[in-house]
Amino acid sequence: MCAVALAELFRGNGEILANPIGNLPMIGGRLARESFEPDLVMTDGEALLVQNAVPIGVDDPEKVVEAWNPYRAMFDIVWSGRRHIVMGPVQIDRHGNANIAWLGSDPQRPKVQMLGFRGGPGNTIQHATSYWVPNHSPRVFVDAVDVVVCVGYDRAAALGDAGRWIRIPGIVTNLAVLDFETPERVARLRSVHPGVTVDDVVAATGFDLVVDGDVPETRSPTPDELAVIDAVDPTGLRYREVPDA
Amino acid sequence: MPPRDKRMSEDDVVAELRSGMTIGIGGWGSRRKPMSIVRAILRSDLTDLTVVAYGGPDVGMLCAAGKVRKVVYSFVSLDSIPLEPHFRKAREAGRVTVDELDEGMFLLGLQAAAWRVPFLPTRVGLGSDLLRQPWLSTVRSPYEDPWGAGGDLVAVPAMRLDAALIHMHRGDPHGNGQYLGVDPYFDDLFCMAADRRFMSVEAVVPTVELAGLGPVQSLRIHRLMVDGVVEAPGGARFTSCPPDYERDEETQARYAAAAKDDDATAAFLEEWMQP
Repeated sequence: MCAVALAELFRGNGEILANPIGNLPMIGGRLARESFEPDLVMTDGEALLVQNAVPIGVDDPEKVVEAWNPYRAMFDIVWSGRRHIVMGPVQIDRHGNANIAWLGSDPQRPKVQMLGFRGGPGNTIQHATSYWVPNHSPRVFVDAVDVVVCVGYDRAAALGDAGRWIRIPGIVTNLAVLDFETPERVARLRSVHPGVTVDDVVAATGFDLVVDGDVPETRSPTPDELAVIDAVDPTGLRYREVPDA
Repeated sequence: MPPRDKRMSEDDVVAELRSGMTIGIGGWGSRRKPMSIVRAILRSDLTDLTVVAYGGPDVGMLCAAGKVRKVVYSFVSLDSIPLEPHFRKAREAGRVTVDELDEGMFLLGLQAAAWRVPFLPTRVGLGSDLLRQPWLSTVRSPYEDPWGAGGDLVAVPAMRLDAALIHMHRGDPHGNGQYLGVDPYFDDLFCMAADRRFMSVEAVVPTVELAGLGPVQSLRIHRLMVDGVVEAPGGARFTSCPPDYERDEETQARYAAAAKDDDATAAFLEEWMQP
């Protein structure tokens, strides 16, 4: 379910670098390329672009290398806008502002040091950024993030034309899929995973989530998609992240 | 006539450094870090350093040993252990101050210093809380924006370094260096951004042999970038340095676990500092 929802984030992307971070997002990205977005470009997680669906959790997998892409060249892709990343936020608000850096109020003495800014500001100002939340809870979906690392739609609007490339196709969680398809570009419940109710999702969300009429169920994988998922995750790493993934 | 021989020891490198300096360290996360030079700094009485790095255990260790006043960083990670526990501890205790950057912005700061310009412009940082930092400002472009995005740009200030420390796979005695892994990281830029540049290498070979050891593109560092060469087999350990060796995960895990209390940290550093 989660893998298919993550794959759907890339639908219509065409020939861009699909750069999902984390096991389930990687499965989703590879699934998208194997089923409906064959032109997607993907990395091996390091300095190579590889054309085959490299399985995760396997030592020395076979790689069909199509190009060399060291970190310095990665910034060229990021800043050209031809990329769609999936990141894991520590906190995210209803406008899509996200934090991965640290928790607390004093930048010089955080309560909890997390990843730092990493590529968050650059990714979000330059190209599409989606999010994956394996533990949908009010601690992640908050009213206000402690520090804005990844730029959301309210700040994009404040930037005017300079915010034109800020785009958040979706947030996939262990419970649901959210998007920003509302006039004010705030988070909306797009679909709930089978067995999850709208109330479950609202209760697990720390901000006012837009619920717009009847919320559909997230689609399940087809048999062909299931086969791809099994092939790219032969050891079942996805179940370690989300038991009923 | 051959150019001068720049070979020296790790302790010779440290003798060229001073407390309070801004020192850039090459590599990325827990990959190809000049750990034998870091070890020599740990043994020294250097203190009050500003460390500039795509951070890994180099940053964590120097923080744990009380050598650091300030860290200029985008992340500090052990890769297989995403959060560097010693850096975390120093941050949460307020023992170091920081300048925070986006990963790509970091490249621009080094590039600006390498090109001797005071800043380079970028859109990176717009809309984010990076701009809450008083040292980071925006500029207005004097030109029309061909992409119609307009507005101000972030001016990333040059990150001029007093010294740079890098580790390469092979080098000659004169400061030419070669990487044999998949990613050069930003080691050449660290050197170009610095006033004094020191390179450790897995092996020193005669210049005539260098070009035969890999494609010419692997000769990323040349002697205009380097003041001192240290022959340090295993010099990046426990960080990774493929194809010569992978990361020593067992030692890295012990290092990470040593963050649990001050005694454990002191014991690890004591053992680690032995030459």
